[in-house]
Amino acid sequence: MTASRDATPGPIVEIVDVHQSFGSVDVLKGVSMRVAKGGVACIIGPSGSGKSTLLRCINGLVPIRSGSIRVATFDVHRLHTDAEKIALRKEVSMVFQQYNLFPHKTALENVMMAPIHVLKEDPAEVRARALALLAKVRLAEKRDAYPGELSGGQQQRVAIARSLAMRPEVMLFDEVTAALDPETVKEVLNTIRELAGEGMTCIIVTHEMRFAREIADEVHFTDGGTIVESGPPAELFDHPRKERTRAFLSQIL
Amino acid sequence: MTARVPADRLPADAAGAPMAVLLPQATDFVREAMRARRAGMPAWRLESRHGVALLGVFLFGCGWAQAQAGMDHPSIAATIWKWTPLLARGFAFNLAISFLAMALGTIAGFFLGFAQISLLPPVKRGAWLTTHFFRNAPWLVLLFYCMFLLPFQVTVFGVTIPIPDWSKATLGLALPVMANVSEIVRGAMQSIPTAQWESAASLAFNRRQTLWMIIVPQCIKRMLPPWMNLYAILTMATVLASIVGVNEMMTQTQRALSAEARPGLLLAFYSYVLIWFFVYCYPIARWTVRLEARYAVNQ
Repeated sequence: MTASRDATPGPIVEIVDVHQSFGSVDVLKGVSMRVAKGGVACIIGPSGSGKSTLLRCINGLVPIRSGSIRVATFDVHRLHTDAEKIALRKEVSMVFQQYNLFPHKTALENVMMAPIHVLKEDPAEVRARALALLAKVRLAEKRDAYPGELSGGQQQRVAIARSLAMRPEVMLFDEVTAALDPETVKEVLNTIRELAGEGMTCIIVTHEMRFAREIADEVHFTDGGTIVESGPPAELFDHPRKERTRAFLSQIL
Repeated sequence: MTARVPADRLPADAAGAPMAVLLPQATDFVREAMRARRAGMPAWRLESRHGVALLGVFLFGCGWAQAQAGMDHPSIAATIWKWTPLLARGFAFNLAISFLAMALGTIAGFFLGFAQISLLPPVKRGAWLTTHFFRNAPWLVLLFYCMFLLPFQVTVFGVTIPIPDWSKATLGLALPVMANVSEIVRGAMQSIPTAQWESAASLAFNRRQTLWMIIVPQCIKRMLPPWMNLYAILTMATVLASIVGVNEMMTQTQRALSAEARPGLLLAFYSYVLIWFFVYCYPIARWTVRLEARYAVNQ
């Protein structure tokens, strides 16, 4: 983990006027946002507003139709070959709503796989780091358990450890607590909170408004494929400028 | 875990059907159909009662032949015993053909199955066409093709190598096995949730690594029961080779019968052959059922 906040100015993630469509359905209609290095951006909004698609565009899982996305030194919209996309994904890691652990591997193996096979790092070194990461997400004693033997919250924390093992510059979280029961939501949020505290750049799609308010440097409210309103959490939650934001927040809070 | 096969669950209409009296039967049918779909073919099951029925037929056949024969012939048991070594050698031939055809078909079928999920459209389409051609062609027709279209010998650099009939028969049986394995492989790989591909991609695995480290290991369990089912079907299909003159058990039985020249022996001899096949295939069928049950729970 990169604990030190970099002094270099400028955003680590810069999204400019991104358009995306599935067939004839426009999913993103000109989205722009920037995230500073070490910053935490939360994206909130109703279902189907393009939040998850936006995250998938950032790590190149979904190609964009027009606009530009820059992450660290990568121009994501110009990456075409697999090798180029793989280089990007070493820097940008993603955690999914449904955890998506590899069910045939133990927790420890799940964390170790990518660094060993993708980054080609020394297995002994990776193992030490993986054990440290599992301890960090408070699952050291579950290292030999298979995903099927873990609760949803535990699986999600293994998934976070698995992403961190790649030592990414940016972490993307896609509604990571949406599939969890209320008691286990907390343990996952605590893990993310610690990460953000250590200076990891995080882009978080979430429905947990209190969490977003507490952790975010900037909150983006999306609806219908556009960012309706952005701002510091205190401003956006307490004094929303747009009617649409107000309506959404009044239904949720 | 989220990696559940939706096909394992019964459709909603089977659970909430209006004619509840018919429900157990309907549920059975649905289950059977789903298993067949996963196996890519009608999934039959050998049960112990089939063996008992077979034994009954055999004993009846023996008694009947004995009654017809009268006293001047050796007993039926002695006659069958006399021919058993020859029949056993024939059966060994059936097994050898089944092993070889299964090995060849499995290897070729794996490649074809992978080609079916290729990202290159021509490869994908070609593999699809090959698979469906050989899967839907009658096994006997494929066997005849191989028997009569392949040369009986080839000459390479002046050395003449004969191609024996049994190897042509093996190839003929390996073709439908290949096509069925191809479908089993494709079906298993496509039953893995796309989320697994997505999470592998976001961890920067390339396609080859994703296939070999993440998708295929999860497929093996799903492929094993239909693959074993296919093997049992193949074993029973090896007697087709008798039609094209290979010295397997069926051919030897016909020889024994014509040597004995006693029509009364027909039922006894053929049910004896069936019992041999039952004894071999029954444990495979039971094992397949056990594996299916175990993997259904674990996944």
